Amino acid sequence: MSVNVKLSCRNLWKTYGPQEAVEVTRSAAGSGNAAVVMQRIREAQGLAACAGISFDVMRGEIFILMGLSGSGKSTALRCLSRLVEPTMGEILIDGEDFTAKSPRELIDFRRHKMGMVFQNFGLMPHLTVLENIAFPLRVQGIDLAERNERARDMMRLVELDGRENAYPRQLSGGQQQRVGIARSLAGDPDIWFLDEPFSALDPLIRRQMQNEFLHLQSTLHKTIIFVTHDISEAVRLADRIAIMKGGEIVQIGAPREILENPANDYVEEFTQDAREGLMIRGASKADLE
Amino acid sequence: MSDSPTDWPRHRTVAFWAVCIVISVICFQQAETREWIGRFPKEWTFGVADHINVAMNWLVPLLSGPLHALSAILGFLLDVTRDTLAWTPWPVAFCLFVIVAHKAGGLSLALFMAMSLVYILVTGYWDRSMNTLALVGVAVPLSIVLGVQIGILGYRYKWLNALTQPVLDVMQALPAFAYLIPILLLFGFGPVVGLIASMIFSIPPMVRNTILGLQRVPPEISEAGLISGCNRGQLLWWVQIPAALPQMKIGMNQTTMAALSMVIIAAIIGGSDDVGWAVLNTMRKAQFGPSLIAGLVIALMAMLIDRISLGFANTEKEPKPERHAGIFRYPYALAALAVIVSILPMSFFVASLHYYPREWVWDISAHITAALDVFIASTSGALESVKRAGLFFFLLPFRIGLDQAVSPYSWGIEFTPALRIAYAGSIAVGSMLALGLSGSRSGAIFIAVCGVLFYYGTTGIPWPVFICTITMLAYAAGGSAIAGLAFATMIFILLNGLWEPAMFSAALCGAAILIAFPLGMAIGTIAAQVDWVSKAIRPVNDTLQTMPQFVYLIPFLMLFQVGEFTALIVVIAYALVPAIRYTEHGLRSVPVACIEAGHAAGCTKRQLLWWVKMPQAVPEIMLGLNQTVIYALSMLVIAALVGTRGLGQQVYVALGKADSGLGLVAGLSIALVAITTDRILQGLSRSRKKALGL
Ligand SMILES: Nc1ncnc2c1ncn2[C@@H]1O[C@H](COP(=O)(O)OP(=O)(O)OP(=O)(O)O)[C@@H](O)[C@H]1O
Ligand SMILES: [Mg+2]
Repeated sequence: MSVNVKLSCRNLWKTYGPQEAVEVTRSAAGSGNAAVVMQRIREAQGLAACAGISFDVMRGEIFILMGLSGSGKSTALRCLSRLVEPTMGEILIDGEDFTAKSPRELIDFRRHKMGMVFQNFGLMPHLTVLENIAFPLRVQGIDLAERNERARDMMRLVELDGRENAYPRQLSGGQQQRVGIARSLAGDPDIWFLDEPFSALDPLIRRQMQNEFLHLQSTLHKTIIFVTHDISEAVRLADRIAIMKGGEIVQIGAPREILENPANDYVEEFTQDAREGLMIRGASKADLE
Repeated sequence: MSDSPTDWPRHRTVAFWAVCIVISVICFQQAETREWIGRFPKEWTFGVADHINVAMNWLVPLLSGPLHALSAILGFLLDVTRDTLAWTPWPVAFCLFVIVAHKAGGLSLALFMAMSLVYILVTGYWDRSMNTLALVGVAVPLSIVLGVQIGILGYRYKWLNALTQPVLDVMQALPAFAYLIPILLLFGFGPVVGLIASMIFSIPPMVRNTILGLQRVPPEISEAGLISGCNRGQLLWWVQIPAALPQMKIGMNQTTMAALSMVIIAAIIGGSDDVGWAVLNTMRKAQFGPSLIAGLVIALMAMLIDRISLGFANTEKEPKPERHAGIFRYPYALAALAVIVSILPMSFFVASLHYYPREWVWDISAHITAALDVFIASTSGALESVKRAGLFFFLLPFRIGLDQAVSPYSWGIEFTPALRIAYAGSIAVGSMLALGLSGSRSGAIFIAVCGVLFYYGTTGIPWPVFICTITMLAYAAGGSAIAGLAFATMIFILLNGLWEPAMFSAALCGAAILIAFPLGMAIGTIAAQVDWVSKAIRPVNDTLQTMPQFVYLIPFLMLFQVGEFTALIVVIAYALVPAIRYTEHGLRSVPVACIEAGHAAGCTKRQLLWWVKMPQAVPEIMLGLNQTVIYALSMLVIAALVGTRGLGQQVYVALGKADSGLGLVAGLSIALVAITTDRILQGLSRSRKKALGL
């Protein structure tokens, strides 16, 4: 395995439903034939939200998971952060087995190595903007003065200065998501998860936030796993894209590869809009390289 | 086609109804000849009550050690609180209360507080009010702490939640008098019993709201906490509990009001010289002047405590511009400190500033009594005829049936066979009309059942008929599980030999609901249509709902004296509010789009109401009916104080005889009936909602 791989997952499964379905997954998932396993899970009244997902994410890469609603993107992302315990499979971070970590180690790891941004922001209504951003630091036990200082740095980073004492509900959607981003970065994580961070925003703000996101990444160089259902967003931001359907990954590749050589009709139809957009813009094709 | 599998439930329902009708007919025929059909034989009863008493006798000495220790601790807490409140000089307490009111609700609440306190001082109820407050002040924090803990556990462990829900239902539905006796036996006499009773009654709302609040925390917020690296404790106390706090504060308000209500009721066992005792005592002696004055004290206390706890629950956090520096940032603490520093030392030297002097009490009770006497004397003729009419033409037919109630003495006529046939005919025609005109099967069934009910009365209907019909109704409303619950409830009552009192209670409650619900619906409908009516009745409703049940007795007792009619009116008055509320809310929350569609179709106002709004409000109105029934049932025991027979009276008698078994069984019967009704009506409301696609 290359030293450049930051995170990799192998044959990752998450099954919802009765115990029986979970057991079917455990016993059969090694077989390698995902379609058969999924059929058996369905027969046991279960649902495989993630079905045998495997991919590697390089250090400093923006890796985008995309697919339609219900295709299992959020579940996959939550399995990687172990907010949801995977039913089966292997997750390696920096070559270490992440699934084997004890609860204590997991907490420690999350405090120092992981950050996450949520679709509906997930801000705490009882805390001010500053307290929200400083929250991960508070959890680590850093004292008030230092964490406020670091939180203020973060606020500058996302251009929110001056709203320290506002409460989340007093901010616009775009501002709220800036708080979410600042909070996820406060602990200075290596791995940055973003679950449809811009989907709840209107198109103009979304575009602006995307630009700022790229700008941030150009200085921070985090390893990013980003979930979206918007193909044009994916094409704009990604180093590589994984397209999911019904719990499985149907194609992984650089944006251009996916647009030019769709693996099947589903991907072709899915990427139609983006391709048309590119044709209209024409010149943008060069941007992708 | 008719034999397709989907038709099977329908066939089954029809078959069940047929069996039910056959049983009823047989029973009515045989009731004359076979004694056991008309009246459940005593030999068949199975005295759970005695067994409970035996168990209690065995349990009490066993538990008395630890429980008395607990009782001593609670007693100590109570004494300290009470002594502190009693010792605090009245001007200091006065100012502190006003400051708290100002913080919670601004100037208007502070003024209201000041006026109420003046009233309490001037009428000479200060000390007794402080005693009541001490009970509430000890019960509420304990209930909140316990309730939050149980709520957290219930949220964390699903099985525990499944276990606690029915227990909470029973705790809230069981009339307080029923568990006063076992508590008395277990903890010994004294104000601690009232304290514990009020804690038992006030913990459930805290548990429920805690669980609800925690369940409603958006998962993303919890996940944000987890990904920040919270451990279990941090996640709970730094993320989930604060996010659930608004809901939990609503729980605190409900807990406080429940505690107050129960503290007042628990005064019945005596031992503490508080306002509840004052009301009860004066009421027993028929001293209406003083009882009215004391009743107003309770009413004021309830309103104030409610407003203050709501005020604290609603304070939204807004970023405050930091205008003042230093200690001026805490103006309320500063004001409180100023009061203590300036008045407290003075009160040590000037006695009248420490204890409110007796000479300053202005006894208006004599005037009120005199005025009341004049009023009652002038209206007694009219009131008496109202009472007689209500009794003879409404309550009595409901209980013993027209069959018995119609006599030359009461109605002035004989219930001749011709009249009987006419009655039966009119019911039949009514049923047919309901079926034919509006095609409403349930309407037809309702009219038929009412017709039979009024003819025989609740006590005249043989018990097998009653059980069959109710079980069938429950089955039609909510399926076999609810039918099973209803059946088990009735068998429980029957086997415990409480059938007859239960039927008395059924008559009282049924009669009260039959008036309260349509009346409340009518008022609620008007309020939903006319804005100023809504504005006018809202504060009245708010106030009535915060009133401890006890207070309702006072005015009606004055007007109608002790008796069944008074009980009826009291139950109606208490059960009216939810009917109004839910109706108005249901009608007002019909989606605007539907109303606009109605307007666009050219509906008149009346058509809009009956064809557009009413059908959509039905589920909500059913919940209102549900609440009306539960309120009526919970008032039964209180109403027993002013003279009814029935389950309420059984509980009350048991209290007098310190018979825990009877008290618990009779109380449990009421609770079970309440829970069953709740399940039936909730089920109906839910299925209606689903049918409407809401
Ligand atoms: N806790 C759960 N219990 C049962 N099923 C679940 C649970 N969470 C997710 N699912 C199911 O798993 C599937 C994948 O869900 P997931 O949330 O991962 O989709 P998604 O791709 O993120 O969609 P969206 O774009 O709507 O967020 C869905 O069919 C969903 O119903
Ligand atoms: Mg998702």
